[in-house]
Amino acid sequence: MSPAARNIALAIAILALATSAFFLQRSQVYLLSLCCVYVMATMGLNLTMGYAGQMSLGQAAFFGIGAYIDAILTTKLGVSFWVVIPIAAVACFFVGLALGFPALRVQHHYLAFATLGFNVLVYLVMRNEEALTGGTFGISNVPRPYLFTWSLDSERAYFWFTLAALVIVAILMRLLLRSPWGRAFAALRDNPIRAESLGINITAYTLLAFAIGAAYGGVGGVFYAGLVQYVEPSTFYFTTSLMMLLAVILGGSGRFFGPVIGTVIVILLPEVLRSSSSPALQFMQKWYLVAFGVALVVLMVWLPGGLLSIGDRRARKAAA
Amino acid sequence: MNRTLQGLVMAAAMAAASLAVAQPIKIFGLVELSGTGAVSGTNFNDGVKLAVKEINASGGILGRQVDYQASDTQSQAPIAKALAQKAVDQGAYVVMGPVFSGSILVSMPETRKAEVTNFTGGEAASITQQGNPYIFRTSFTQAAAMPKVARYLHDTVKAKSVAIIFVNNDFGKGGSDAMVKALEPYGIKVAANISTDPGQVDFSSAVVKAKQSNADALFVYSNEEESARCLRELKKQGYDKPIVGETTLTSQKVIELAGDAANGAIAHVGLSADAPQPEVQKFSAAFQKEYHYKGDHNSLKGYSAMYFVKVMTERIGKVDTKALAAALHGATMTVKDNPGVLLDVSFDQNGDLDRVSYMTKVVDGKQAIIATLPAAHTK
Amino acid sequence: MAEFLQLVVSGIATGAIYAVAALGFTLMWQAAGVINFAQGEFVMLPAFGMLMCIGVGMPLWLAFLVTCVAAALVLGYAFKRGIADPLIHHGVIPLVIATLGVSIAAKSFVRSGYSAMAQQFPSPFPEGVFHVAGVTVSFADAGTLVIAGAIVLSLQAFLNRTVTGRAMQAVAQNTESARVLGIDVSRMVLYVFVINALLACVAALLITPIYLAKFDMGETIGTKAFFAAIIGGFNQTRGALLGGVLIGVMENVVGYYLSPAYKEGVALVLFLLVILFRPEGILGRREERKV
Repeated sequence: MSPAARNIALAIAILALATSAFFLQRSQVYLLSLCCVYVMATMGLNLTMGYAGQMSLGQAAFFGIGAYIDAILTTKLGVSFWVVIPIAAVACFFVGLALGFPALRVQHHYLAFATLGFNVLVYLVMRNEEALTGGTFGISNVPRPYLFTWSLDSERAYFWFTLAALVIVAILMRLLLRSPWGRAFAALRDNPIRAESLGINITAYTLLAFAIGAAYGGVGGVFYAGLVQYVEPSTFYFTTSLMMLLAVILGGSGRFFGPVIGTVIVILLPEVLRSSSSPALQFMQKWYLVAFGVALVVLMVWLPGGLLSIGDRRARKAAA
Repeated sequence: MNRTLQGLVMAAAMAAASLAVAQPIKIFGLVELSGTGAVSGTNFNDGVKLAVKEINASGGILGRQVDYQASDTQSQAPIAKALAQKAVDQGAYVVMGPVFSGSILVSMPETRKAEVTNFTGGEAASITQQGNPYIFRTSFTQAAAMPKVARYLHDTVKAKSVAIIFVNNDFGKGGSDAMVKALEPYGIKVAANISTDPGQVDFSSAVVKAKQSNADALFVYSNEEESARCLRELKKQGYDKPIVGETTLTSQKVIELAGDAANGAIAHVGLSADAPQPEVQKFSAAFQKEYHYKGDHNSLKGYSAMYFVKVMTERIGKVDTKALAAALHGATMTVKDNPGVLLDVSFDQNGDLDRVSYMTKVVDGKQAIIATLPAAHTK
Repeated sequence: MAEFLQLVVSGIATGAIYAVAALGFTLMWQAAGVINFAQGEFVMLPAFGMLMCIGVGMPLWLAFLVTCVAAALVLGYAFKRGIADPLIHHGVIPLVIATLGVSIAAKSFVRSGYSAMAQQFPSPFPEGVFHVAGVTVSFADAGTLVIAGAIVLSLQAFLNRTVTGRAMQAVAQNTESARVLGIDVSRMVLYVFVINALLACVAALLITPIYLAKFDMGETIGTKAFFAAIIGGFNQTRGALLGGVLIGVMENVVGYYLSPAYKEGVALVLFLLVILFRPEGILGRREERKV
């Protein structure tokens, strides 16, 4: 497919998705919004992991920081949602820099461990600093924003809003990756030594990738808080980071649409399996998580590069 | 074209109307069947299921069968919200759950918007403080239970100071906050307020701290497993002051898990599977037979809530969720007329309920009732 | 002072259990480059295996032996052949995801197939406590410590003194040269997997009486073992013991003297400091950068 044709197909797909909100039940629309929100965060993680080659187990911490910034600023200080988005993005960017600067010295699996530790610390602060974060009770009644005078209170309106936001951040990501600066990431991941000899400053680039990934997590968090209208610490425990990691790998890390596919599977598949009412699938209500776990193992053994690597596998087979 | 459409709408409306008579009453459960709340959620859900089974066997509600569908919130608030929307959109008459306070806070705006009656197992004070006319509790609030414990500590234990060990989640923190407030009017000092983590294994530091505080009594407020571990550590370190709790501390599961260490523990219990009432005993036996494990207060919550629905629906004489919610406010149901409600109960204007409660003590590995506390409105 | 000692003693006993689970982590990492995110579930499954054996009337010791055999086959052999072998050439991440899948499947399997409720578990040690210098020690604490210590020492001896043990270390340090030297790499890796499964059984036997058998018990154990392994040094057998004990003691001491709400956090700060300033762990050796 030519790039132009691909863009048109993509635009049609997005429009179809937006229109589908007319035909779906409210709870299904809500779940679609939930997917969009998580995709923002996993897209950021994909930049860190898939393009810059750094395994992070702390994306839920940035997601949580974004969500709490929104919840605190909108409920306690009455700040507008629109102001919160850049605040959260910038805050997570700098927290990402602060964490990444020492952590990236150690690379590989150690970065994974350091980010995991950071995630648990963030969780503890959310849980214990009651005056600021509401402690274990969290913060409820987080307001949804207005678009000019149009209230985004309904599930459908908020879904369109989130989808539009997702498309915008995805385009930004695309532009970033297409820039010479973004190409350096890939060069880095594929052959760090060669990249270094070409004059790419490895540390600076990975650090930036990590911080931008964190900012994406933060923006996702802001939309999450608006969607669920409630934040509590346990949502942002490191198990959520593992779930996000899962989504990226499952879809295919280092592929632009990898996190999209992966997140849709991780969020929607359990719901589909669970709510299926056909008798053949009834037993799934009890066993769906077992099936999900086993499917994950089988998929990894079969396609270690994620679902989107299926094309490569075919190509390899054909060549062989 | 237009005419066909009209015809279709008419046909659909007629079909709907004729179906409405025979259609079962839809009740949806949003329950924690996996994740951290799995035990509470499973108990609550099985309680509802048992009541539904009995109700259907005896002819249903107003001659209509009850169709109960439970979905798993995975103990996650965002999922609970989605499931609440789904329940509402599928025409729920009543929504049961969630049990977790965090989840109900997210899901109840949905049932409120749709004006659907919603029972919860949650005990956090804030649930009924938002002026939501559709939310009803199935047990005491912590704000109602703790003063009873405080009074017991003052009158019977004659404690001047108390140490508190609580689990730092919404349940434990809410209880600890309510307890500190309840102790104030009695002039009882909180010598130490010790936070523990959900899933904590080693309670030695908490117990050492409680011992060092030299308080006259210890108040333990945690989930089942953590309570059991805490009791064991208390026994190991030879803690000799009275150990008092609320609901969980003397529950069957804790006694089973803690073994000998549970002996002597005292707790205020709003709903107890071991209450001396014949109806409650009958329920416990039936529950054991149906699910092969012993129900706890959460199963009683689910079971009695389902009977509240039956009793009140028959009282108003129609299946109308809005009218049901209106009728529940200020309603009183007695066991004499409705055995399924298990204990005499009355609801106030906020959706909080009131009924008798018990002080229980673990004696020889069994929960024994040492005092019956009357409902607040009768005293 | 007495309370300080009490905290340290209890912390050491708890830490020793983390250490046994952590030991498996370090072994797997060394020999096969596997980060096993299902390590906690590897402890949980034998616990339920033993419960089931006890349920059909076996005494605890027999239940333990039967479970050990089953674990060696399933969590050792089958895990290696079915999951680790096909994935090992694709780097760390796919394998991490696969073990996450194993973890999810194992947890939900036990929950749906057995029970969501916590179950009591018999202790291999006699009930009761004794007092030393004002410190209360239970027989279970003392027994746990002795067993954990014995396991670490004998494993250390096995790795350093026996031919097989040295061959396993050679594989861990440099797989290629080990192969050139004629060591049967695949077999050595299999040994590691089986030892890991057996260690998990021992950890289950020690921890479940205190922790109670529950489908999600592995979450805490796995996390703590993971931290212990890193703090102690991912490539040192003794490190796991040190890491586990450090976490157990720190949590108690911090919980008592500083803030119970942040006690988990302090172990983590320790963890972060170790990662940032001594990424090879307190007792670990520095790894060469692999390109």
